[in-house]
Amino acid sequence: MSLPDDYLEYPWRQYGMDHDRYDWSMLSDRPKVHWPDGKQLAVWINVSVEFYPLNQRGVPFKVPNGMTMPYPDLRHYSLRDYGNRVGIFRFLQAFERHGIKPTYAISAQLAELYPSLIERLADTGAEFLCHGWNMDHLHYGGQDKAEEVEQIKRALDTLRKHSGQSIEGWLSPAKNQSENTPDLLTAEGIRYCADWVNDDMPYALKTAHGDLMMMPLPTEIEDQFVLGNNLHSEDSWVEQVKDAFDFLLEEAATEGGRMLGLNIHPWLMGQPHRIGCLESVLEYMMSKDGVWQASASDILKAFQASNTGRAR
Amino acid sequence: MMESLNAYDYYAYENRPKIEWPNGARVAFWVAPNIEFYELNPPTNPSRKAWPQPNPAVPGYSIRDWGNRVGHKRQMDLLEKYGVRGSVSLSVALCDHHPEIIEQCKERGWEFFSHGIYNTRYTYNMSEEQERAMIRDSIESIYRHTGQKCAGYLAPALSHSEHTLDLFAEVGTELFGDEAGFYTCDLFHDDQPTPVKVRSGKRFISMPYSLEMNDTIVYAVNKVEPRHYLTMLKRHFDRLYQEGAESGTVMCIPTHNYQISCPHRIKAFEAALEYITGHSDVWVATGREIAEHYLTHGYDAAQSAIAQQNGGQGA
Repeated sequence: MSLPDDYLEYPWRQYGMDHDRYDWSMLSDRPKVHWPDGKQLAVWINVSVEFYPLNQRGVPFKVPNGMTMPYPDLRHYSLRDYGNRVGIFRFLQAFERHGIKPTYAISAQLAELYPSLIERLADTGAEFLCHGWNMDHLHYGGQDKAEEVEQIKRALDTLRKHSGQSIEGWLSPAKNQSENTPDLLTAEGIRYCADWVNDDMPYALKTAHGDLMMMPLPTEIEDQFVLGNNLHSEDSWVEQVKDAFDFLLEEAATEGGRMLGLNIHPWLMGQPHRIGCLESVLEYMMSKDGVWQASASDILKAFQASNTGRAR
Repeated sequence: MMESLNAYDYYAYENRPKIEWPNGARVAFWVAPNIEFYELNPPTNPSRKAWPQPNPAVPGYSIRDWGNRVGHKRQMDLLEKYGVRGSVSLSVALCDHHPEIIEQCKERGWEFFSHGIYNTRYTYNMSEEQERAMIRDSIESIYRHTGQKCAGYLAPALSHSEHTLDLFAEVGTELFGDEAGFYTCDLFHDDQPTPVKVRSGKRFISMPYSLEMNDTIVYAVNKVEPRHYLTMLKRHFDRLYQEGAESGTVMCIPTHNYQISCPHRIKAFEAALEYITGHSDVWVATGREIAEHYLTHGYDAAQSAIAQQNGGQGA
């Protein structure tokens, strides 16, 4: 038994990346970034507001945190729905108390299912990102291109229509993409995306229709990943977020402006026994000097306006 | 298959009409001991395996039997000490297998509600008539052995069909009119009771039965340490107690005698009971009592508020 000859051929064996989506660049080699008013750490807090359908297709895989039991999985359906009707309102109170300006990444279908919720969130003046059509409409390698085009257009048209916002940010369900997703997003007016987790600072992804800026929103520190995947306690999540925050703030003192993106879920941290942990994180971050808590597009604008320009 | 459940309408947690519990209580607190029977040689269901190993699955079977042989009495004594009458989520075959347990619970004024026949007989792939017959058997068995008209339902092993709630409401009505079949523990979407739409149009509600506070989910799924479970229970209570000053909330601790009563875990449970029942504005009740109170005093206001929130399209 042997492998075909081309198994020992390496067409991308060269300096830089093994693709041409973006350029190779080490964070430590880049010019310093300057945030407004001499702030050192930009904090972006994103709330993922999600719809997990009961009739989950699971194509091409079951989305994390989706249905796991045989149909109809009332248990996971209603536990996720809890976030949209109860948990989100605990978040709203906490944001108001601590002066947080979050963004909301929204499953676009929710605009049709729960228009009053979308209206309530829009009334806060917060920026929306599109979080795909719903959590069971994944974008994936090998997906039919026409199907993905329709999926993206439907999601953006629906969310734009119901929110009145231009919607320039995107977060794919499960942060999963097809080989075409970045090109299809910029074709539809998306300027930034938070799917790739390969940097601590914004950088540019090259697409057929200009740059798609990638905004850091690390999975490793998400509530659902730390609690649900790693099975750490909510207290440990608090420690981990504070540690990340402290480290980045310290690094910013010598390396230039840094940012922390924090993605949270009302169906998880909005539970009565967990909401206090979220509140303690918010309180801690807002109590420190040098912190600029802002929306994704404000951080991106400041990044692009910074005297050092862009990381490529 | 349905994309959305359609069993309840959207109902934002803020600006709801106030729920008032008896004596101005903030939190209605109930404990739901699952008293279950798992079969050693269950039949096959094409959608779900009962045991990870081929029968006889000694590890899983025997710890559950330990729960009935040893754990139950410990939990019952503890609940009695803190003035809590359990609301039993019952595998009704246990009435035949272990009538001693049923008698002990009856003597203490506990409630029994249906959790199916066995926890190894799943609803998946049942015809509507089969599921109806299973539910009818469970309600009739509870009446025959305890004299109680079963008010609540928690589907066996949380296995459902699209018609589970409809059928439970209907069979309850057929047997005992409005005195049976009026609350479900199968939905986890809220911290307050909420109206649920069933096809007969019966006044029917969802009773908060927190999966997040369920000892089996906590210990076996989320792998939480016992002392941290205590912390979670206290925090859960504290928040609901705080919010309950504005509008009454419900806290439930769903338990399993083979989890909560283990010697290395029972002290954490006792500390939680002591903490919660040590607060003044707590209504220690059964599921049925909470449901009846809500149906009489809160249901109509909620229906109006839901209709208003959804532009007149409410249930």
